[in-house]
Amino acid sequence: METDFLFRAVIYLSAAVLCVPIAKKLGMSSVLGYLFAGIIIGPFVLGFIGNEDENIIHFAEFGIVMMLFLIGLEMEPSRFWKMRKIFLGMGSMQLLGTSLAIFILCLLFTDWNWKIILAISLTLALSSSAVVLQNLAERGLQNSSVGQSSFAVLIFQDIAVIPILAFLPVLTTYIPNKVNDIHQSLISSFPSWLQAIIIIGIILMIYFLGRYFFVLLFKIIARTQLQELFTAAALLLVVSISCLMHLIGLSPALGAFLAGVVLANSEFRHELKSDIAPFKGLLLGLFFIGVGASIDFKLILENPEFIFIFGAMLTLVKFTVSFTTSRFYKKKMDQNISFALGLSQAGEFGFVIMSFCLQLHIIPTILGNQIMAIIAMSMVATPFLQLVYENYISPNLKIKENKKVTEDEIIEEHNPVIIAGFGHFGSTVGRLLRANNVKSTILDNDSDQITLLRKMGFKAHYGDATRLELLEAAGCKKAKLFIAAVGNSKINLQIIETLRIHYPNLKILTRAKNRVDAYELIDHRVEHVYRETLYSAVSMGVDVLVALGIRKYTATRQAIQFIKNDEMITRKLAKKRYNKMAYLTTIIAEIKMQEQILKNDLKSQEAATNHSWDSEYLKQKRQE
Amino acid sequence: MPKNKILILFFHPLFEKSCANKVLVRNIPKSENITFHDLYEEYPNFDIDIKREQSLLSQHDIIIWQHPLYWYNCPPLMKQWIDMVFEYDWAYGKKGEALKNKIIFQVITTGGEKESYCEKGYNQHHITNLIKPFNQTARVCKMEYLPPFVIHGTYKMTKRGCDKMGLIYGSLLYYLENNILDTNKILRYEYLNDWFSTIKK
Repeated sequence: METDFLFRAVIYLSAAVLCVPIAKKLGMSSVLGYLFAGIIIGPFVLGFIGNEDENIIHFAEFGIVMMLFLIGLEMEPSRFWKMRKIFLGMGSMQLLGTSLAIFILCLLFTDWNWKIILAISLTLALSSSAVVLQNLAERGLQNSSVGQSSFAVLIFQDIAVIPILAFLPVLTTYIPNKVNDIHQSLISSFPSWLQAIIIIGIILMIYFLGRYFFVLLFKIIARTQLQELFTAAALLLVVSISCLMHLIGLSPALGAFLAGVVLANSEFRHELKSDIAPFKGLLLGLFFIGVGASIDFKLILENPEFIFIFGAMLTLVKFTVSFTTSRFYKKKMDQNISFALGLSQAGEFGFVIMSFCLQLHIIPTILGNQIMAIIAMSMVATPFLQLVYENYISPNLKIKENKKVTEDEIIEEHNPVIIAGFGHFGSTVGRLLRANNVKSTILDNDSDQITLLRKMGFKAHYGDATRLELLEAAGCKKAKLFIAAVGNSKINLQIIETLRIHYPNLKILTRAKNRVDAYELIDHRVEHVYRETLYSAVSMGVDVLVALGIRKYTATRQAIQFIKNDEMITRKLAKKRYNKMAYLTTIIAEIKMQEQILKNDLKSQEAATNHSWDSEYLKQKRQE
Repeated sequence: MPKNKILILFFHPLFEKSCANKVLVRNIPKSENITFHDLYEEYPNFDIDIKREQSLLSQHDIIIWQHPLYWYNCPPLMKQWIDMVFEYDWAYGKKGEALKNKIIFQVITTGGEKESYCEKGYNQHHITNLIKPFNQTARVCKMEYLPPFVIHGTYKMTKRGCDKMGLIYGSLLYYLENNILDTNKILRYEYLNDWFSTIKK
């Protein structure tokens, strides 16, 4: 029994550990990695796990509960309020539009009954937060207009899952024994008015518990400074609320979501997020493995045409609806396409709803499995579609669409400086340059930002700075300096590598997020690296020293010395860190590096204390 | 004859706007024996690398402080430089012999005419009196301090006047590089300009 459990754990974990990094390497999301892991260890390929693992999947569904708790935590009322228009408008339009379109098309072209079709269209209308959010992060678009609207729509969908899950049992034709299994609650024997009162009471209780009791509890626990105790308390919160909801026959996910919303304004929001996130990640991973394992390929192989045609149609429908929605909100063409392409897949909640439907016997097993395969396929397709769009379609389109925005002006401009990425960092550099009458060409991938900059009189151009055509058009041939100030370090590095090959004489100055980022850049032989965390931190350190009574000039001198030394050490350690032992155990390497840095700091500060103006030192010297 | 190695320590906080100094610097002969060291460019934070400065000094025989005269004094970075680089037991003090017998002098540009720098003039004092602290500093460091090379009246100087001074400065440096100097004779003059005009014939 014991060994059996361990053996299973080994299978699950090793499948995840092997498959997820490979999926990541191939540019796919981790969700797909887990799915493939499940498919590989499932009955169809290796057959390590079979139906008896259903318990594990049930347990893993708890990951969904945690996910909703985390979504609740994101629902800070003020932020929510700011996004209310896109959230409600775009969200509902996208979701209802997609469901409706799928529903009508299925009615026209299939012979399924309307209950099945309704369940399927609701399932497929949802997009994948995992795929979309990761995609946005990788392209550095989280804070762009596309990012914001995608996020709003995803949140709307996530919340919509709750009523959808609550609604599905209504569709079932299987009422007699199954629903009792699911809705077996403590209060089902009470009269319905009493049930309603109890439910409302419990929801109110969750509100007050979250608002007062748990915040107080967290405060007390935080004072003990025991990290694991805090994690335990966070888990306790989620589990107990789920338990409570289960007892009264409501969805645990809904309860967790409510608890999350209640705590979203508390000071423990981030702490809770980071404590619960790993559990959520692991359990969701487990869940996706389970889903992967339960896809029955024999059924699919019997009718592959159906899967592919349905999958392609689904993507097309979702794309069209999202595109129309975005268009309705008067976004620019490139934003419309980027947004619609991003949301064109079905999502992980589709698996949840589908397995729920299978449990409720709303959908026949064969069809359910086929739908799950379609969801998985559409998720795989998104990154590829995006790749095709960005490399082949977008360049042509942009020239057509933004003729006055890009082409003509760029080509006549020959500014000495080009700035790629005009966020907080790039714009600060740009402002200093402009204040000194230095003309710079600005490249950014947020077209709203570009429009704003233009109004302010900047010469700004929309586009993806990793593309050679854009770099060429921006005048890299004649420019003296290139400032790589994109927030995403991977993109920055990509830009640099392109520039190196095509414009070897262009001097490049690069923004680095932090020390690790700087090492990476130094590895790629980038000469001028500016760590955004170094200078402001040191300047704060100076103020701390001053507040402690050290004279400002002395503190400032120490700071200058400190930065100089740190920059030197960073270059040295960048090379050293590949010593084999250290590389194996990154944490030890990290600590070692810290140690070396600290030792060097001591040395450097000794050097900084020279003897100018020091009469004590002179007196002492004279006496010798 | 072994050549003299010359180090020009140039201090100007607004070099880009100084016509006179631009012309002077442009006329410095290109020679492996002459090092031009632009300190405001090197140390914008006033964070002077002492060891590097000391090693530069050690490698040269003639040191020149080239700077404009502001409020009868040198620009602040030059004072900072002196404070930091001339360390006890290196430049002065019991063991401080690193600069011993090196020749040092100033190349000074002033907006005012030469006539204003005398008892009856607007500025009341001779340049020689105003720069006595540098003279004394050099003495404490056991260096041989020569009279300054002065370019007066830069406010009103024409382009042609500037060019002429530049040529003279260039040939002065060339002479210093290639000749053994009779310092006793030079010390008899108020300005290095006066001595050099006797040399040129």
